[in-house]
Amino acid sequence: MSDDEIILSELSDDELVLQMHDDPYDGLREEIEEGVNILIARGWAPYDALTKALVAGMTIVGADFRDGILFVPEVLLAANAMKGGMAILKPLLIATGAPRMGKMVIGTVKGDIHDIGKNLVGMMMEGAGFEVRDLGINNSVEKYLEALEAEQPDILGMSALLTTTMPYMKVVIDTLKEKGMREDYIVLVGGAPLNEEFGKAIGADAYCRDAAVAVETAKGFMMRKHNRASA
Amino acid sequence: MTNALTKLLDSRDWLLADGATGTNLFNMGLEAGEPPEFWNVDKPANIRKLYKGAVDAGSDIFLTNSFGGNASRLKLHQAQGRVMELNLIAAEIARDVADASGRTIVVAGSVGPTGEIFEPMGTLTHASAVEMFHEQAEGLKAGGADVLWIETISAPEEYRAAAEAAKLAGMPYCGTMSFDTAGRTMMGTTSAAMVEMVEKLAYPPLAFGANCGVGASDLMRTMLGFAAQGSSIPLIAKGNAGIPKYHDGHIHYDGTPDLMAEYAVLARDAGVKIIGGCCGTMPEHLAAMRAALESRPKGPRPTLEQISAALGGFSSASDGTGDDANAPKRERRGGRRA
Repeated sequence: MSDDEIILSELSDDELVLQMHDDPYDGLREEIEEGVNILIARGWAPYDALTKALVAGMTIVGADFRDGILFVPEVLLAANAMKGGMAILKPLLIATGAPRMGKMVIGTVKGDIHDIGKNLVGMMMEGAGFEVRDLGINNSVEKYLEALEAEQPDILGMSALLTTTMPYMKVVIDTLKEKGMREDYIVLVGGAPLNEEFGKAIGADAYCRDAAVAVETAKGFMMRKHNRASA
Repeated sequence: MTNALTKLLDSRDWLLADGATGTNLFNMGLEAGEPPEFWNVDKPANIRKLYKGAVDAGSDIFLTNSFGGNASRLKLHQAQGRVMELNLIAAEIARDVADASGRTIVVAGSVGPTGEIFEPMGTLTHASAVEMFHEQAEGLKAGGADVLWIETISAPEEYRAAAEAAKLAGMPYCGTMSFDTAGRTMMGTTSAAMVEMVEKLAYPPLAFGANCGVGASDLMRTMLGFAAQGSSIPLIAKGNAGIPKYHDGHIHYDGTPDLMAEYAVLARDAGVKIIGGCCGTMPEHLAAMRAALESRPKGPRPTLEQISAALGGFSSASDGTGDDANAPKRERRGGRRA
């Protein structure tokens, strides 16, 4: 059956959505774009297309990445497929005033060129419906502060891959504390040489082992934040 | 072709490599975010001290302070024009320390990854990777390195590009990958797949293996994975001294010299020829490793159970090799569309 060409537009909504759950896994960007366009044409709310088709598909990718079944190349292809769908949905989501999951500012710390892990987190967070402002690599504390002021995010994400750059995360967190801004943000840190104990020692809210864990952690913190706000 | 490393490999049962570069330089006051390679020019006395630390502790091979010395990494500090200079001086200081030691010591020119991803997922092309590695290799060669030491590689494409650059520079090389993601490299390469890749290279390394990653026990599991393939090319083990902890403003790795001594003996017993450390491995660790390798008789190849009993548990249930029934498998719900 695998060689039979499936005509997306002939599928029912349920079948199409199931198919779209598989597409990111196989890095099928054009199929995702086509699927999103079909759902919108059939009158789906952009927010439903995002959460029920795209986010659900990326959640499967995230779980298998976390469990060591998929690796970076597959996740990059999946994220690329998802980005195709997101590009269509983004203006529609804004136009329809869809609910926001939250906003994240993310960047690799000063002196560190590595951005593979950070990019994965950014893509997976977008895949989970978060708005992401990516500061790129080599960020000084001033650059983080500037972005926090401008973007007013819920979450600050920092990444470091080197033993020589990971302590810089503490420089940023200490500066936030000095300025009385630390409590305004959820601070998540990640990177190959880090661990949970390190995250705690430098004053982050959480260490995230990989991009999938980052998404789960971010969702958990946002839930608590909302609960506090409504309490 | 004979050089210092092939001579040592032919005449000895095991060779002790060096330990950490970053951790040692940090302890000398390197600041977070500062490129260590600048110190080759700005603080050569510290680099000499770094090298001498390994030599005095008994290392037969030590790596130059040039891990991030490729154009892609140095560009971050607007120093992409200093590749030749920084690598040449890194090797020159090393040559000087090695020659003053009074014994045969191999100067290995460290070549780390570019930090970029290859096409089609990323933007790095084979040609540009070869060009960057070649530029660095020429600097290390001019400074007097005996071999190139390609390390912490995740992508097979990058390993192949660095191997090609070594050939262009007319330098022998060793090359290790980092297995830090459920027993595989970040890009999904297993220990078995690495052996297959290395064996197919037109210009093969003098030795290959693994460095860094998650800790000494995971690294030893990777060594057993290599050994199971039965390659005739000598193996390299360069594991971290435990895992990093943050203490009083410093990064400290929790592996003791005793633990690293155990690791060194297990590595030798597993058939590894070149044994060293990576992050967190200080001169006192190296001295303990040397003493253990010299004093303890060679034993049988250790099992996974013996490794985890001696060095601690593994970070994942499987290393992704073989057809372990418990290993996670990629399963798709539906069929792939044409």
